Amino acid sequence: MRLSLGPLLYYWSREDTLDFYAAAADWPVDIVHLGEAVCSRRHLLRLPDWLDLAARLADAGKEVVLSTLPLIESESDLKALRKVAGNGRYRVEANDYGAVRLLAAAGAPFVAGPTLNVYNPDTLALFRQMGAVRWVPPVEMGRDALARMSVPPGMQTELFAYGRLPLAYSARCFTARHYNLQKDDCQFKCLDHPDGLNLRSREGEDFLTLNGIQTQSGKVHSLAHRLGELTGVDVLRLSPQSRHMGRVVEVFRALLDGDADPAVAPSQLDRVIPGTPCDGYWLGEAGMAYQGPNHH
Amino acid sequence: MSPENALQLICPAGSLPALKAAVDHGADGVYLGLKDNTNARNFSGLNFDEKSLAEGIRYAQGKRRQVLMALNTYPQPGQVERWHRAVDRAAELGVDAVILADAGLMAYAVKTHPDLRLHLSVQGSATSYEAIEFYRERFGIRRAVLPRVLSLAQVENVVGNTAVEIELFGFGGLCVMVEGRCLLSSYACGDSPNSFGACSPGHAVRWQDTPQGMETRLNGVLIDRYAADEKAGYPTLCKGRFEVQGETYYALEEPTSLNSLELLPEMLRLGIAAVKIEGRQRSPAYVAQVTRVWRAAIDAVKRAPETFAAQPAWMAELNKVSEGSMHTLGAYYRPWK
Repeated sequence: MRLSLGPLLYYWSREDTLDFYAAAADWPVDIVHLGEAVCSRRHLLRLPDWLDLAARLADAGKEVVLSTLPLIESESDLKALRKVAGNGRYRVEANDYGAVRLLAAAGAPFVAGPTLNVYNPDTLALFRQMGAVRWVPPVEMGRDALARMSVPPGMQTELFAYGRLPLAYSARCFTARHYNLQKDDCQFKCLDHPDGLNLRSREGEDFLTLNGIQTQSGKVHSLAHRLGELTGVDVLRLSPQSRHMGRVVEVFRALLDGDADPAVAPSQLDRVIPGTPCDGYWLGEAGMAYQGPNHH
Repeated sequence: MSPENALQLICPAGSLPALKAAVDHGADGVYLGLKDNTNARNFSGLNFDEKSLAEGIRYAQGKRRQVLMALNTYPQPGQVERWHRAVDRAAELGVDAVILADAGLMAYAVKTHPDLRLHLSVQGSATSYEAIEFYRERFGIRRAVLPRVLSLAQVENVVGNTAVEIELFGFGGLCVMVEGRCLLSSYACGDSPNSFGACSPGHAVRWQDTPQGMETRLNGVLIDRYAADEKAGYPTLCKGRFEVQGETYYALEEPTSLNSLELLPEMLRLGIAAVKIEGRQRSPAYVAQVTRVWRAAIDAVKRAPETFAAQPAWMAELNKVSEGSMHTLGAYYRPWK
């Protein structure tokens, strides 16, 4: 089983972003996803910058994948998408069916991202025919459903295994809304919230996380304590957070290498996980539920 | 597009009486679903069984109106047969089109029923002409329903770059998230529109009268709490009041309805094929009322687009049935974003 670093879902300063990936070059991850995968207004790194990073990470021995936007609204979004899809060197993760059309037409092997709603074996087989070599199940798909997916030969499965869950996308920017700004004049408030904005119920329960046009879980999804039951999974996706990400990668690496017991994983992650954990989706329950390691 | 084919009025039919109300009050077409998780309004007491479906089709088609069957959830592994049988039944009964979201199900429909007309559901999340062209090239879809996230200028760009007919939401409940790309409901309670066919489903909802006021909960999470002078609404989770950095407010969206009636001249100019009214979960009286107003408005705009104005009486009637008695132009009006 390999480890991947999912696309950076937050908006960080250029310097913080470059530092993060400079460090990631030395982390024990096999695959690194690059590119803006949430909001087309975020621009501190443009495609040439991402391609520079890609070259450096490839030199460091990483498989690089360029992720595309999950919500395409305008002609300029499409232009940006065409450039990524036609980059000619790096594999692309399609997060929208427009990207699928471009990649399939170009005959380029691609990754089918988690927002493509591949929920059943028929659709998965169709993706294999169109040239997908890896797929990421919808984050709500649990172990029983995954076990019934009959993954075709030549197709790898990458599971979202750690991080705040990307749950929803909107035309509206909820971070801008919080500051009473319109999206077109958002003043890039996302920069002030490197792990998103916490949204709590009126009883103080962590519920969701606002991240621009994306809404994430309030709790942090983690399957570290369930690695033993991830049969049929080829790649584990770890979603970037602003602090301690290197340590998170190390914990998962040690678990995969058999150097640590999955049952103690939660205590190892305890000091680096940026919120309370959840694992409900994997068990076919509410995503925010948490059973932990004691209920196999 | 010839004017008589533009702006068809597509109305919700959550039951046979609602279907008849839509037809009787001027809908060009109705959309409906079966009593199971093959469609995105999987609510108890709603939708059609074999008998009511056959009668509904007879009634509508007898008056030269269309019946569109929504099979717009994502077939779940191990249950795909149920969606296949539903497509088969739709074809056998002669519906005018099926509204699908899942690519695998489209492939089945094309292979098994090559003459069956396919519409791409809003749950397919296609917001660009590149995405719509994907479905046209692969499956020959004839119409796409756009998610409620694009501005009118963006809609125009889509219409201008595809031969697929475009259907827009005109009125009703407003999803603030891209349809088909929202898992908030399953995160809170295990069931999402994609997999289960319902958002914030009734079985997870609790209403509780407390000393602080009426509280609404979804699987235990407090979605909203109402003061004595406030009318409590259904706890659709994106329309609750939450706390962000010490401020309590409608952090995602106010409980409000979409009403794009005043945009009809623009929609006509853009060549929008159909306007969809949301609300299969609403009563036959709602369907009758909304259908009647929209029929009058569409007839008026087709007669004289230059002088069209949304009549106060229409708007008043629609406001009466709006969620929270408020309405918005949603994303069609760019500053809303």
